[in-house]
Amino acid sequence: MLKQIEGSKAVAEAIALCRPEVICAYPISPQTHIVEALGEMVKAGDLTPCEFINVESEFAAMSVAIGSSAAGARSYTATASQGLLFMVEAVYNAAGLGLPIVMTVANRAIGAPINIWNDHSDSLSQRDSGWMQLFAETNQEAVDLHIQAFKLAEELSMPIMVCMDGFILTHAFERVDIPTQEQVDGYLPPFDPRQMLDPAEPVSIGAMVGPEAFMEVKYLAHAKQMQALELIPQLAAEFKQQFGRDSGGLVRTYRADDAETMIVAMGSVLGTVKDTVDELREQGHKIGVLGIISYRPFPLKEVRAALVNCKRFVVLEKSLAVGMGGIVATDVRMAVSGTGLKGYTAIAGLGGRNITKASLHKLFLEAEQEQLPPVTFVDLDWDVVNKQLEREKQNRHSGPIAENILYDKGMSSSAKFG
Amino acid sequence: MFQIRVHGRGGQGVVTATEMLSVAAFEEGRHAQAFPSFGSERTGAPVVAFCRLDDKEIRLREPIMEPDALIIQDPTLLHQIDVFAGLKPDGYVLLNSAHSFEQIGLGELVKQRGLSRMCTLPASELGLKHVGRPIPNVPLIAGFAALSGMFKLESVIKAINEKFSGKVAAGNIAAATEAYELVKKQMEERAHA
Repeated sequence: MLKQIEGSKAVAEAIALCRPEVICAYPISPQTHIVEALGEMVKAGDLTPCEFINVESEFAAMSVAIGSSAAGARSYTATASQGLLFMVEAVYNAAGLGLPIVMTVANRAIGAPINIWNDHSDSLSQRDSGWMQLFAETNQEAVDLHIQAFKLAEELSMPIMVCMDGFILTHAFERVDIPTQEQVDGYLPPFDPRQMLDPAEPVSIGAMVGPEAFMEVKYLAHAKQMQALELIPQLAAEFKQQFGRDSGGLVRTYRADDAETMIVAMGSVLGTVKDTVDELREQGHKIGVLGIISYRPFPLKEVRAALVNCKRFVVLEKSLAVGMGGIVATDVRMAVSGTGLKGYTAIAGLGGRNITKASLHKLFLEAEQEQLPPVTFVDLDWDVVNKQLEREKQNRHSGPIAENILYDKGMSSSAKFG
Repeated sequence: MFQIRVHGRGGQGVVTATEMLSVAAFEEGRHAQAFPSFGSERTGAPVVAFCRLDDKEIRLREPIMEPDALIIQDPTLLHQIDVFAGLKPDGYVLLNSAHSFEQIGLGELVKQRGLSRMCTLPASELGLKHVGRPIPNVPLIAGFAALSGMFKLESVIKAINEKFSGKVAAGNIAAATEAYELVKKQMEERAHA
């Protein structure tokens, strides 16, 4: 049914249609509206049987999800930013134990400086945790990916994060087709766990594993993600059959056929990228888009195939590997290794900095003319940066950076050193 | 694409206004995208929210920098921020005030733009009268429907009924209806003047 609905509310409705049996969550922006809506549904008796567990922290949220999933219950939670970091030890455990928990990450920056706005630093920090990570471009896709995620996770017995841009998607009202219960039931079978704690047939889950077997267990986690590379396109195809929509898959291209310049990105920024590319196409520029939906597992083969015929590509990413450059770009460059393609990294939108069509126009044209440095920081205020660097050169006691920058931008009188 | 920017203060229902505009557009079969500028959820702090309308899927995620229409929920913002920044030359302006643009010092703006797409509306007073609280958002979106002709009043009423129920819905519908008629009358009088 078509609805004009907030992204968070739409995702909550999709989760409810997936019949979770345990939902545990600790509120943190911008994820809160999702679990609030689910809490209301459980309380009203609209989502049953389901236990909604208020926990005391994100660490507890993931720990409860581990327990309930191990007991054979379909388990869901959601988090963001510092909340995700706070649960990290349990996040790795969920993957290491092979428990098919589904978690929404409403992507948000990581402090310090404290910041509630969107970028991809939080889930990307869990790149190597063993969780799969799918990125939604729209709220429709966020809904659809959650439905696919339960099936994927349970098929492989591995946990998965569905990542949606905090605020930009979670708080946006737009048109979303919410499927019916019959449609979802026809796609997603009841949870049939590969492993389960059952008093009738006692087993342990979580053995200590020494050097003699640790690598094998870890390799099997990798093997499962390699299986996911096969399974994700299959599940997207089945989804299309059941729901009549293209949603999910590993990657998606746009106007890429004869493109000489390709823009690679993940998440909601793809919309702005596509609008910009349409305008450049009208002016005759041969430019196209590669959207990555599956960040983990990373589809090396599909990314290579999508880029191999272009002349150059830009990875536009909302994340920064401090001391290195791009995070997604590193993977994309590995995918095209040996092709001699020119690759550029563009870091944009950190901490909620708006990514505008005007800035993308400029960036893409500079890329086309191969005038970009290897790593570009889109819309960085160089004056303020250089002023602070100079301050540090001049004064040993140059003071706190964030406070100085706010002072220089005229937004605070709280600190000024040198 | 048609882009509306709503300025107001925390507690005035700025975000709700854009959400309801998007629902009204949806009711009329259009694509709509409503989203707030985030992070200023404090009572009294300046808040901006956005609504895009189109007859096809809206993919753009940048804030609205060159609006086709402005709804200003609090006239005291005029002294604090440049609410008119980027407004298109033929853009609409709806301002919450019981006074005329000239009376609140915007005579120059009227000279530049003319009054064919500009209107003031005592929206807080209408909220107080019909809902018991001086929340201007619903009267303003109904007034905007009349000013721009972009929505039917009945679509605004549908959006109200989706958001509120019972007495609050009834009060808001009364406020919306009076606001719609007030703006319509003002615009008609100007057209015949």
